[in-house]
Amino acid sequence: MSTSTDTIEELATREYKYGFVTDVEAEELPKGLNEDIVRMISAKKKEPEWLLEWRLKAFRVWQKMKEPTWQNVKYEPIDYQDIIYYSAPKQKPSLKSLDEVDPEIRKTFDKLGIPIEEQKLFSGVAVDAVFDSVSVATTFKKQLAEVGIIFCSFSEAVHNHPDLVKKYLGSVVPHTDNFFAALNSAVFSDGSFAYIPKGVRCPMELSTYFRINAKGSGQFERTLIVAEEGAYVSYLEGCTAPMRDEHQLHAAVVELVALDNATIKYSTIQNWYPGDKDGKGGIYNFVTKRGACIGVNSKITWTQVETGSAITWKYPSCILQGDNSVGEFYSVATTNNMQQADTGTKMVHLGKNTRSTIVSKGISAGRGQNTYRGQVRIAKKAIGARNYSQCDSLLIGDKCGAHTFPYLEIGNATAKVEHEASTSKIGEDQIFYLRQRGLSAEDAVNLIVNGFCKEVFRELPMEFAVEAQKLLSVSLEGSVG
Amino acid sequence: MLDIKDLQVRAGTKDILRGINLKVGIGEVHAIMGPNGSGKSTLARAIAGHPEIEVVGGSITYTGKDLLEMAPEDRAREGVFMAFQYPVEIPGVNNAYFLKAAINAKRKHHGLPELDAMEFMALVREKANILHLDPTLLNRPVNEGFSGGEKKRNEIFQMAVLEPKLAVLDETDSGLDIDALKAVAEGVNAMRSPERAIIVVTHYQRLLNYIVPDFVHVLQDGRIVRSGGKELAVHLEEKGYGWLEAEPQLM
Repeated sequence: MSTSTDTIEELATREYKYGFVTDVEAEELPKGLNEDIVRMISAKKKEPEWLLEWRLKAFRVWQKMKEPTWQNVKYEPIDYQDIIYYSAPKQKPSLKSLDEVDPEIRKTFDKLGIPIEEQKLFSGVAVDAVFDSVSVATTFKKQLAEVGIIFCSFSEAVHNHPDLVKKYLGSVVPHTDNFFAALNSAVFSDGSFAYIPKGVRCPMELSTYFRINAKGSGQFERTLIVAEEGAYVSYLEGCTAPMRDEHQLHAAVVELVALDNATIKYSTIQNWYPGDKDGKGGIYNFVTKRGACIGVNSKITWTQVETGSAITWKYPSCILQGDNSVGEFYSVATTNNMQQADTGTKMVHLGKNTRSTIVSKGISAGRGQNTYRGQVRIAKKAIGARNYSQCDSLLIGDKCGAHTFPYLEIGNATAKVEHEASTSKIGEDQIFYLRQRGLSAEDAVNLIVNGFCKEVFRELPMEFAVEAQKLLSVSLEGSVG
Repeated sequence: MLDIKDLQVRAGTKDILRGINLKVGIGEVHAIMGPNGSGKSTLARAIAGHPEIEVVGGSITYTGKDLLEMAPEDRAREGVFMAFQYPVEIPGVNNAYFLKAAINAKRKHHGLPELDAMEFMALVREKANILHLDPTLLNRPVNEGFSGGEKKRNEIFQMAVLEPKLAVLDETDSGLDIDALKAVAEGVNAMRSPERAIIVVTHYQRLLNYIVPDFVHVLQDGRIVRSGGKELAVHLEEKGYGWLEAEPQLM
């Protein structure tokens, strides 16, 4: 009848800029998962016995676990025996300098706008570049080491800083935590490790860039960040993958530990391949992220901009154990075409006067389904705890969906918990209004979406806020004709 | 400047405009009056290019161009401005930011350099002064939480900043008390210029006491049934729209 839904339907075409494949010789383990594969991964990485034991424990637990089904997403069953658990580009066993990185891989990261040559680095950001199962380069290590900061691949940390790894690995997300965390614990291949010593304010942004390249493989990385007393670090994670017809599994674990008066800001720009407009291909993103505010007055802030993946299953959470500790979660999640996201956070208040803030912005377009799932738990002893939650959903078109599942568990009467929620729709009238003032339909949608996400974008480091805005506009490209 | 010929618009199976003929010259102020449902707002929206308006016949020529072939944003960039009857809220988007995007879209279209923040703020302050607009309005999200009067004044303010060649005011007087009405009219009068044409769409004569038109057209059942000078509006006010049906058309 009216043309309004038709024009909105034209949203369906979107281009994914990062869908190319790098031709690089890879060393892969055979498909499938059993104890031998776990042992082989550990052997490939020349791991100490204790880590192999830990992996095997996780594997045995995982075998008894069932894949969760409570999430509000639908997907074909994952065949865990049809995945390659380890794929690494062939390269020299140890790189003396960044110049030795395979030129093809270097080109890949250049193409992605992540230069791994230090002189080219944008505004002092140190990067750990993870390609399929391994870290291929970490920049600015030397400069960071001068102030005592350790920033390296997880494998290197296992060899060079075993005590730290042993102490904190699994301390926030135990190997028994959930199906995907257990799987990760058994087969994780690499990831990033950052340690900020007492009283040190990290002088630059730390960043890990994840790239899935190989066909048929999954990516299982682990990130561990420890901020000692009074330390500060801002960390950014980005990710992309080639366009493939098959679904690829990404099951990562991130653990953050903040001691007394420490602050960790963790920002994610998740741009995995989302699949095509009919839902073919795309990454299954099942990720466990959790931070422990162990110390008093510590603070952990999660900021995420989720535009990619066919399926997103992710709840960056905070355990607020130290008195007066603060947890924050700022999220923008977009689902376009056939994408599905079930994402949110858990704020667990254990200490006195702990505070948490949740700001979640869900944007659904095409036939996308967007679910916010958040839990606020205030323990009996968490006297004076406070939480503020705000969940807003924005719908573009009339074939998408937004869902909100807040769970509140209040254990004492001194707690203050506020929850606000709203759902709105980008109206044809809004778009027409802006077009009447001279903006193109595309710019009109971007303006409306950016207005909607403003509270989250301002939490991102400057350069990345701009990146995020651009990414969002690409992600919603074609959503309004 | 604007030449509308035999314009026909349909909504579903209903004919809303059934052959509109209207010529508006540069520097002129035209009032379009008519009872509810006569098609006034449809005409305004057809000029602006609202996507839900289905033009089934006729033409609109604007500065020699076929307006109906142009996207709404291109019409805007070429100088067509519509003040909305119900200005739309854009939550979280700063009014000044939005206006800057709008003015720069227009400048880009005309091959002019974009205004930087300083130049833009200078322009905006000047216009806000002329309209006696509360400058804090600039830092608020577009129309969000604005009173009815503020929304309409914001429309006139946008018009002042964008300096259109053709401004169409769609029932800008609806829902305004007398003080707000005067303020809005004052703003519009400040915009009158030999370089600009203005079309005022209104149900009531009241607004035309303050914005005195050069021509008045009466729209009924999708046709212009009478045109005349400003006295036609006074006549209508005294006798009501029923008078038109009782008297045969003179022109």
